[in-house]
Amino acid sequence: MLIRLEPRAEASRAMVYQSPLIAVVLTLIAGMIMFRIMGTDPLQAVHAFFIEPISTLDGVAELLVKATPLILIGVGLSLGFQANIWNIGAEGQLTLGAIFGGVVALAFFDVESVFLLPAMLIAGIIGGMLWAAVPAFLKARYNTNEILTSLMLVYVSFLLLSFLITGPLRDPDGFNFPESRLFHDSAVLPIILEGTRLHIGFLVALLFAVLAWLMIVKHIIGFQIKVIGMAPAAASFAGFKEKKLIWLTLLISGGAAGLAGAIEVSGPIGQVIPVVSPGYGFTAIIVAFLGRLNPVGVILAGILMALTYLGGDSAQITMNLPNAVTGVFQGMLLFFLLASDVLIRYRIRLGALRVREVTPRQEGVT
Amino acid sequence: MTDTPRLELIGITKAYPGVVANNNVSLRVMPGEIHALLGENGAGKSTLVKFIYGVQKADSGILKWEGEVTDIPNPNVARKLGVGMVFQHFSLFDAMTVEENISLGIAPELAKSGLTQRIIDISTQYGLPLEPDRYVHTLSVGERQRIEVVRCLLQDPQLLIMDEPTSVLTPQEVEVLFRTLRQLAADGVSILYISHKLQEIKDLCHTATIMRMGEVVADCNPAEETPRSMAEMMMGGNLTPPERTGKAVPGEPQLIVKALNVASSHSHGTDLKDIDFQVRAGEVLGIAGIAGNGQQELMDVLSGEVLVSDPESIIIDGNPVGASGPNQRRSVGMTFVPEERLGHGAVPQMSLWENAFLSGATRMNLLNNGFMRIKQSEEYAATIVEEFRVKTPGIANVAESLSGGNLQKFIIGREILQKPGIIIALQPTWGVDAGSAAAIRQSLIDLAANGAAVLVISQDLEELFEIADRLSVICEGRLSPGRNTEEVNVEEIGLLMGGISSEPITEVAAHAD
Repeated sequence: MLIRLEPRAEASRAMVYQSPLIAVVLTLIAGMIMFRIMGTDPLQAVHAFFIEPISTLDGVAELLVKATPLILIGVGLSLGFQANIWNIGAEGQLTLGAIFGGVVALAFFDVESVFLLPAMLIAGIIGGMLWAAVPAFLKARYNTNEILTSLMLVYVSFLLLSFLITGPLRDPDGFNFPESRLFHDSAVLPIILEGTRLHIGFLVALLFAVLAWLMIVKHIIGFQIKVIGMAPAAASFAGFKEKKLIWLTLLISGGAAGLAGAIEVSGPIGQVIPVVSPGYGFTAIIVAFLGRLNPVGVILAGILMALTYLGGDSAQITMNLPNAVTGVFQGMLLFFLLASDVLIRYRIRLGALRVREVTPRQEGVT
Repeated sequence: MTDTPRLELIGITKAYPGVVANNNVSLRVMPGEIHALLGENGAGKSTLVKFIYGVQKADSGILKWEGEVTDIPNPNVARKLGVGMVFQHFSLFDAMTVEENISLGIAPELAKSGLTQRIIDISTQYGLPLEPDRYVHTLSVGERQRIEVVRCLLQDPQLLIMDEPTSVLTPQEVEVLFRTLRQLAADGVSILYISHKLQEIKDLCHTATIMRMGEVVADCNPAEETPRSMAEMMMGGNLTPPERTGKAVPGEPQLIVKALNVASSHSHGTDLKDIDFQVRAGEVLGIAGIAGNGQQELMDVLSGEVLVSDPESIIIDGNPVGASGPNQRRSVGMTFVPEERLGHGAVPQMSLWENAFLSGATRMNLLNNGFMRIKQSEEYAATIVEEFRVKTPGIANVAESLSGGNLQKFIIGREILQKPGIIIALQPTWGVDAGSAAAIRQSLIDLAANGAAVLVISQDLEELFEIADRLSVICEGRLSPGRNTEEVNVEEIGLLMGGISSEPITEVAAHAD
């Protein structure tokens, strides 16, 4: 091997926060090259992708609508990620939240009550938590890898939703289309910006981010999460219980994803449909890292990632570009971000492989 | 031939971002010479050795090998020249045999057939008994070190670098090692010997180079110096050995451990068997032992990181706590200092005040309905820094930015300021510079003089004899009965450390003189 990564003596603290920006710039450059190769004018394409969608008030509102689930889930995931608990199944927890919220809405279909919406949201949280409780139990009890278990449950949740939507939840007057009834008005989230789809869920997401920030910075739980992520042995020295934190972080992130699911069906969608999310639960993983696992950063990252969804639609409409552009941009963003992060801590060295090198640990030598 | 130094360094300078690790260092090692490299942590010894072994490049300076200017870009070149190095931490695979381990770490052309015979030849020639077919996990630490030494000797080295080789050995094993080293020197091999243990350097080494803050401050003949004078050159100041200010009469037992049996949670760990002891208020109990004889397991069980089913087997100040976690034990008066500073006793990437909060939350009342009292935590950290003379720009600095000695002073201070009824410290001065070590020992003695019970588990016999009122030895998970320090000598403790009944060590002991 001629290329090696060598640890740097010191990682630059400033660069840790600058690397998301660098990743965005590199993504733009790479995107323009990609557009050029595809035979479109790069500047025009970038304009269609990033500027056009937010050039109207309606566009900005749409942006925040899409950012809402990303922020909610991203903040929840970032708590677990700080404790090295890798919940990859937020998409499934979101789906369960949508099912639970939707079931409540449909069960009280003709009831007009101010309690209906809160009940739907709480049901959504419970649904997400239940789905996250499975990997939590397996990890705490049997030390199962939560990455696998939470991810696999995503597909189970999709099948569960499609069973329900073609069966019990199907609209009786819907000509056998796999859709539920449209929710009653009192089961739909209030709009906070007249004439747009921007609903109160966005404020809920912001509130959740602020609460999470308070917990991380000032509360013992946040402290425990950070310690267990940075130095598990020190957490055990301090008497923090790892199992408790496994449960806690998975339930919080699952609950947040479930809430996002309930908000989606009671907000922009207004009914239960076979696909309730264009992959918010997975995109939120990128959002959490892009936001440096910091709630405020996650808000900004959530808005940026929401733009890639809108940009994909817009590029499809105005430039005739395939919708896959969205996924390409999200992937490139994560790729460049991870690469920048690696280069903060390592430098690239060119050199020949040392044969049969046994590298002993050397601490304590001085 | 003897006029040409085997190794000569002239004006070696190496700077890291923010610190000059080596400044104009010059050093000369003659053939057949045992040369000590002496200095506190952070003095630049390791940087220098890494340079000689080709692990690291210097910014400027010349290296001469046998009188000729030579460049050593990597360890392979170093080994080809004839530089061998025995690291403090061994790089051995437990699940492989001695021979397999040796063949992995040497040049491929040496690892051919006939290796077994050469291992046996070399080990008998230099008095390093080794069985090539034994699995490493069945060997004692002393035997493991022999593997490393034999691995070096197989390559026919002209210069052998040894980094703190005796920190894991019994006094008897040290004698065996020293005889080997003297024999090697007599055969013309040069030895660069790094150690903190000044008495050893005085006994073994012909010359010593003393470093401080990256520079060579003195060259001396250890035979003409005292350990104390060398320590003072190393520190650049006067060394005050710990003093006992009027011994308190031991009071009530603060910690009672009864019939403690615990299976180790590590795969190659040591099970604790029938551990029985007490520590009384006002006394320091020292537990000696070679690494890996159950010290870590004992610490885990005492601190509550590993729980036992019978609460009565561990009693702190009258409270049975065997089944209670670390914070319940803290609340009844126990604090503890783990061996590993970074990652166990402190979170490396967290600030000092957060690390003060880490173990101080319970006893210092730093929690308010689950919210951290940040201001009080900062004040607590500032008090620790001030009272224990921790050198740091401020309490917002992260723990890993402190030197080993300073961080250890911070951790010890954090536990002592919680006014514990009993404190337990595992290897409290491991890898700590002489000045900080003296301060830490003094603070433990003072704590006992003020009526607390102190339990120190350490591999450093000098340290235990300096501070302990009573001594026990842990060997293969069993604890010997405590004896008053005045009534025992190093040899007796050394025999207990080797486990008198265990066959190979007694053989070593019998040959020791």
